[in-house]
Amino acid sequence: MTLGFVLLVHTAFDRAEQVARYFAANDCPVVIHVDGKVRARTYRAFRARFREEPNIRFTRRVRVEWGTWSLVRATQLATTRLLGLFPDVRHVFLASGSCLPLRPVAELRSYLDDHPETDFIESVTTDQVTWTVDGLETERFTLRFPFSWRKHRRLFDGYVRLQRRLGLKRSIPDGVSPHLGSQWWCLTRRTLESILEAPDRSAVDTYFARVWIPDESYFQSLVRRYATEIESRSLTLSKFDIQGKPHIFYDDHQPLLERSDCFVARKIWPHADRLYETFLDDSRAPTRRAEPNPGKIDRVFSKANERRGQGRTGLYSQARFPAPGYENGLTCGRYNVFCGPEQLFEAFEPWLARRLGGRVHGHLYHPERVAFAGDETVMNGCLSDSVALRDYRPEQFLTNLLWSTRGERQSFFFGPGDVQDIAPFLARDPNATLMLVTGAWAVPLHVSNEPFEAVKAEAARLQRAEMAFVKALRSPGVAARVHMWTLADFVTQPLEKLQGVLDEIVGPGPRRLTEMPEMHDLSAFHGFLQKLRNGGMKPQVMGDFPADYGSREGRHHG
Amino acid sequence: MPGVDDLWAAYKLRWRRRRLLIRSLSKRGQLRALVDRTGALPRRAILCFATVRNEMGRLPAFLAHHRALGVGHFLVVDNGSDDGTAAYLAAQEDISVWTTQGSYKSSRFGVDWLTVLMMRHGHGRWCLTLDADELFVYAHHDRRDLRALTGWLDHVGRRSMGALMLDMYPRGPLGEVTDAVAPLRQLPYFDAGNYVMVRQPKLQNLWVQGGPRARAFFHADPRRAPTLSKVPLVRWNRRYAYVSSTHSLLPRHLNHVYDRRGGEAPTGVLLHTKFLPEILPKSAEEKARRQHFENSTLYEGYYDALTADPILWTEASTRYEGWRQLEGLGLLSRGGWD
Repeated sequence: MTLGFVLLVHTAFDRAEQVARYFAANDCPVVIHVDGKVRARTYRAFRARFREEPNIRFTRRVRVEWGTWSLVRATQLATTRLLGLFPDVRHVFLASGSCLPLRPVAELRSYLDDHPETDFIESVTTDQVTWTVDGLETERFTLRFPFSWRKHRRLFDGYVRLQRRLGLKRSIPDGVSPHLGSQWWCLTRRTLESILEAPDRSAVDTYFARVWIPDESYFQSLVRRYATEIESRSLTLSKFDIQGKPHIFYDDHQPLLERSDCFVARKIWPHADRLYETFLDDSRAPTRRAEPNPGKIDRVFSKANERRGQGRTGLYSQARFPAPGYENGLTCGRYNVFCGPEQLFEAFEPWLARRLGGRVHGHLYHPERVAFAGDETVMNGCLSDSVALRDYRPEQFLTNLLWSTRGERQSFFFGPGDVQDIAPFLARDPNATLMLVTGAWAVPLHVSNEPFEAVKAEAARLQRAEMAFVKALRSPGVAARVHMWTLADFVTQPLEKLQGVLDEIVGPGPRRLTEMPEMHDLSAFHGFLQKLRNGGMKPQVMGDFPADYGSREGRHHG
Repeated sequence: MPGVDDLWAAYKLRWRRRRLLIRSLSKRGQLRALVDRTGALPRRAILCFATVRNEMGRLPAFLAHHRALGVGHFLVVDNGSDDGTAAYLAAQEDISVWTTQGSYKSSRFGVDWLTVLMMRHGHGRWCLTLDADELFVYAHHDRRDLRALTGWLDHVGRRSMGALMLDMYPRGPLGEVTDAVAPLRQLPYFDAGNYVMVRQPKLQNLWVQGGPRARAFFHADPRRAPTLSKVPLVRWNRRYAYVSSTHSLLPRHLNHVYDRRGGEAPTGVLLHTKFLPEILPKSAEEKARRQHFENSTLYEGYYDALTADPILWTEASTRYEGWRQLEGLGLLSRGGWD
């Protein structure tokens, strides 16, 4: 009878009974505290079930409110009673009605026999604590909290702010060093008696009764006063979600719980029949005796918390629709947008596809068709090539495309002739790599057979659109990687510039541009620009295109 | 601090909610109890509400699926079936049935009738409001029942949970009859990644559209494509009211089933088995009855397209494998429930 349990129960009485009986049957006395909020009739019926069980006793009831002193009070009462009734108890294990032993209790007892003087309690100084949800660490001990955090959150927060502003502070009693930790502990009789029989207990209790969440600090601080050997960890496995609520364990967690090698876990779903059946059956095959290692299952739960808190970048769904500024990344992966080179080089698209790999689409935002790679009519995820569907939500068209092709490099062309609604999004997105040769759109125009007036009007329209795009790319808040040249600039060393961009996309590698695309004949281009000028239009975005371009350099060959 | 505009909007919505409740109450005379077994419902029972019409083809699978999930009782309004649906339902121990000959459309597509029943029986309970062609799935649904899910939602302080309606379709033409019996075997395919959405500022709900119907029938006018976002699971209060089908409800905080700060909220999927072969005759009937859309004439083209026996399947369609697959695709989220 060296190990006794204090069980705090407020619901799931059948499960609490099952666990209490299991402990008692294994020679571990139990003192149960039933929440004062439980109706008297329910309580009496529950208590009556243990009439024949001398090792299971009850203690006076306290109405327990979450995060308040009442929980410590209940623990004190039950612990005092357990120590008084069962003088052989050397270690007291604090558990709740939703705790379940994961290993035979005999193993826990022999583990404690090996550490007779050790107090197992997570006890961390306040400046080391990182897990609090409310952001109150040291202030838990220095402010006053008369208002309920759950019921009157605004009053709670307002009063905290007021105290901060006025610089109000409570003084911490002598000899108390604030520590925080999990409320589930296993302490020695000696430590507990020192705490409960301390000469200044009433003063200390009065102080802690006004501390915020004392059940995570009362014993955690006071053990530092009396304990000889503290193992600052809880023997109870419990995991918390991003709101600070404990994760609940279900039947399907069984392998995970077994792997943890922990002695006790909380909290268990009361209807997890298989967990209760398995873990309360001491006749099951004995496992190896390993040190408790909750870290083994941390990864699983921290991943769940991350999904819950940060979500998957680039996903927009019924579950995740971030407000502007909360996206944590607009898209799920890098992609490339080429604006202009496809007008300059012959058969650029297939060449680029060979060079870059992944999927190289045409003009995805062309006003008349969505030019998916390979002329597909539906892309991954059944993304349609309907122009109306694309233009209905142009940004989500792109985020959907990228999401559904995760892991595959996507590239597409974009120009001033395309539907421009997506432009600001491209500029804002750090995942976008943009290569822009301004004025390149004029290259096909200069060999057009259309009447000159029509060509001029088209040139004016495209230039306006491009200037707006360039402006968007130069405005504050642009996060895309932009490589921008005027046409005049670009044609001085086109292949080097192209090479530079592609190297940035695929990373510098041994693969050089062995086979180069061929550039269109631009010998008549300067004349075309002059003709536009003479016609009353002012071509700007091409830069200062050299008059002698064609004759000086000749045509570029790869 | 909420602005004055917002307070004013909240005030107007409160009256809108009251009008909806009064409107529903005024329709209670249209309901006639065929079998009412709600007398001894346990306090914690999870209830499932549905309005049905001629659903003999789907009901066995619908009931089996949701019974397995732990629905405690089904409360069904039968709107003038003539294929034995009412009698079939009435014969089952865990179903209460009401019948009505009233107009589906003028009862807000059955919502008014259900609101009356939810007011009476749903108060304080978790209520799952579905159509007979919807199968509710969520993370872990194969191993954790609705009791576990709703217990957890209570634990983390959520009163409602959203779901995406996922249109399921066959490999061949819609009208083609196959040997398969289970709806999901007949309709194993879905669109995995063409959903678009905006937040509706007034009701603060998310308005999701897309899927095969948007792609095949509404590509010329995407705004009219069917709404796919729903809030089917709610811990009900007699003061709550669904606004349009189960897409949104009041008070509007119940529509906050998606995360706006970048995280992922717990979200399920409603596998929508609308496109069983009977869709062809049904579409012709619905077009004639004009009971399914607010402005029915606008949807004649939609019914015509359906009756023409189209193929929704494409090379890019995805075959349904289960909730983990849906989670991987981002259509469903466990929302921290691990």
